[in-house]
Amino acid sequence: MGFDYEKYIRPGKLPHIWCPGCGHGIVMKGLIRAIDALSLDKDKTAIVSGIGCASRLPGYMDFCTLHTTHGRGVAFATGIKMARPEMNVLCVGGDGDGVAIGGNHFIHACRRNIDMTYLIMNNNIYGMTGGQFSPTTPFGAKASTTPYGNPDPPFDIAKLAIGAGATFVARGTAFHAAQIEKLLIEAIRHKGFSVVEILDSCPTTYGRRNKFKSVVEMMNQLKESAVPVAAAEKMSPEQLEGKVLTGVLYKENKPEYVAEYGKLVTRVQESMAG
Amino acid sequence: MEKKQPEIKIIEKYCKGCHICVEFCPTQVLEMRGFTAVVKNPDACIACMQCELRCPDFAISVTK
Amino acid sequence: MSKKVAFLQGNEACALGALYAGCRFFAGYPITPSTEVAEVMAKELPKVGGAFIQMEDEIAAMAAVIGASLTGIKSLTATSGPGFSLKQENLGYACITEVPCVIINVMRGGPSTGMPTGPSQSDVMQAKWGTHGDHPAICLVPASVQELFTETVRAFNLAEKYRTPVTVMPDEIVGHMRERIVFPEPGELPVINRTAPSVSPQSYQPYDTSFGDIPPLAAFGSGYRFHVTGLNKAQDGFPTTRADIVQAEEERQVRKIENAVDDIVTYEEYLLDDAEVVVIAFGSIARSARYAVNAARKNGIKAGLFRIITYWPFPDRQIRALAERAKAVIVPEMNLGMTVHEVRRCVEGRVPVSGIFRVDGEPISPNEIFARIQEVR
Repeated sequence: MGFDYEKYIRPGKLPHIWCPGCGHGIVMKGLIRAIDALSLDKDKTAIVSGIGCASRLPGYMDFCTLHTTHGRGVAFATGIKMARPEMNVLCVGGDGDGVAIGGNHFIHACRRNIDMTYLIMNNNIYGMTGGQFSPTTPFGAKASTTPYGNPDPPFDIAKLAIGAGATFVARGTAFHAAQIEKLLIEAIRHKGFSVVEILDSCPTTYGRRNKFKSVVEMMNQLKESAVPVAAAEKMSPEQLEGKVLTGVLYKENKPEYVAEYGKLVTRVQESMAG
Repeated sequence: MEKKQPEIKIIEKYCKGCHICVEFCPTQVLEMRGFTAVVKNPDACIACMQCELRCPDFAISVTK
Repeated sequence: MSKKVAFLQGNEACALGALYAGCRFFAGYPITPSTEVAEVMAKELPKVGGAFIQMEDEIAAMAAVIGASLTGIKSLTATSGPGFSLKQENLGYACITEVPCVIINVMRGGPSTGMPTGPSQSDVMQAKWGTHGDHPAICLVPASVQELFTETVRAFNLAEKYRTPVTVMPDEIVGHMRERIVFPEPGELPVINRTAPSVSPQSYQPYDTSFGDIPPLAAFGSGYRFHVTGLNKAQDGFPTTRADIVQAEEERQVRKIENAVDDIVTYEEYLLDDAEVVVIAFGSIARSARYAVNAARKNGIKAGLFRIITYWPFPDRQIRALAERAKAVIVPEMNLGMTVHEVRRCVEGRVPVSGIFRVDGEPISPNEIFARIQEVR
């Protein structure tokens, strides 16, 4: 037997809604393998999302799943984690959901360092609404709302996360499928707010408009542009031009929010007891 | 002892025909037939698992 | 044993009422004139093992409250006009997903930033129509510090019983006034908890109508795994676009409240038995109205007060009945005419209805109402 993904997928939910060549399915498989490797208790694990193609992921997963409003997944997840600290809380979504409409929630969750993992599937586009440019669409790229090329400079999600105080930040790609699992295992194990950005493919609404002949070309671009952090250390700035770093980009141990709040509760209750 | 060949299973109803498995198989085990991927050359499989890992549609499983 | 008595601010009483009801989670964002609710919760929740979190914005606070409630914890947020506007998005989410929670909206002037410290009663329509789509609404409008305590308890009870968000909307005067409050003893007021599922996790469905119009809600983390979405959904919680299911589910969500108006709708009748002039008011303005009615009686005018306590569902039947015997109805309110339209809808032209409207940050005085009573008698 190969790996039994369907053990973690709700009966009858496959095939999923994602388009041919969409990398979200690859990422979901990485997430499932990570959950399996960590033996997370299905009953004690919540998977939360916002709105968009990537945010449809929880519906397939046989866990406590919450498909919320656009960009708000992390805020709902924060409520779950505060109310039930014993639960594993995973949040998933896309680039528009996470860093445009949900940008405020994202940076504050990073700052708070609340123990959850936020998996962002970054395909550089609003796919579900038909391909409008997102905050990660590259400068000059075509989208339905940038017919003459994108005049907006993009966010670097990983840098944004690090700047906002996330204590674990990693990046992978949908092409580097085995790495997704490894990054997620490390992220979920990390005590604090962990961000895993997976550079993803949207052949339907991004690829077509931007001269990618097929998803294979998009995958090849992910393959060629990704440079593992260790390799990048030995490369010159010229060699790194146009590349993206992958792997664990940042990690530090800092007080975690829910644990700190728990200490506060204990302190208050002890002082009441006299 | 005879080397056991990996068993490749493709669930046709899940396959959306994206070509990823076919294009990135290092030993050209798979090919497209119509809109779905099929196993063309099972003996060449080296069980690198890349097709299974990269299939976005949960359509391929490889048993070593 | 004598009862515990205190001199408290309305917002403080509100927070203590929430704790009495078993609220153990608060998420909020600072906003005048509701902030004291958050301040008391920040202080008190750790003492009872609950959790308080100040979120990055109003939207996030509403989101966190729904998330926490889905784990089975009674949850509260508090806000005022601009924040209430921001909360509408996730208030709608709580409606369609049928997650119990309580929202305090201390009404201030508007629109927009308006008059942050000025009283108002201009959010009553927003409480029903603020979020898009058809949905039920329960909105309570207390008129005293004592009532802000007890109505907050009732709000939690209604939220839990009917699996729905409930708003409590004191105007700024009620939220900020200080007066005597007698604390109910534990057990004195009923405290209702949501119905837990009676079926196994394997056969549980979050919108299983075989249990009636209010399906039991399981808690995340309790062994029940299910899906919650803001999309129109079927009984199993998963999205559907099937016309018959969407229609039936939407109708059920509204019906579950409409069918329970006798349990939900509360009001106070004051000197109405023989009243020819009926004043219909709520919140702090009902206090002015009571003075005006007393003054009218002293002057030989048969006036009475109908005080709305449950604003939504609106007390249609009671107000319709008043129109059978009254000669005139006066609706004083701190807006430019909201309740007056609801009252006119109910009385269907059988009696003249006039309004007294103020939006200048000043309450409507007993004299203003008394003068109108004299005019219309």
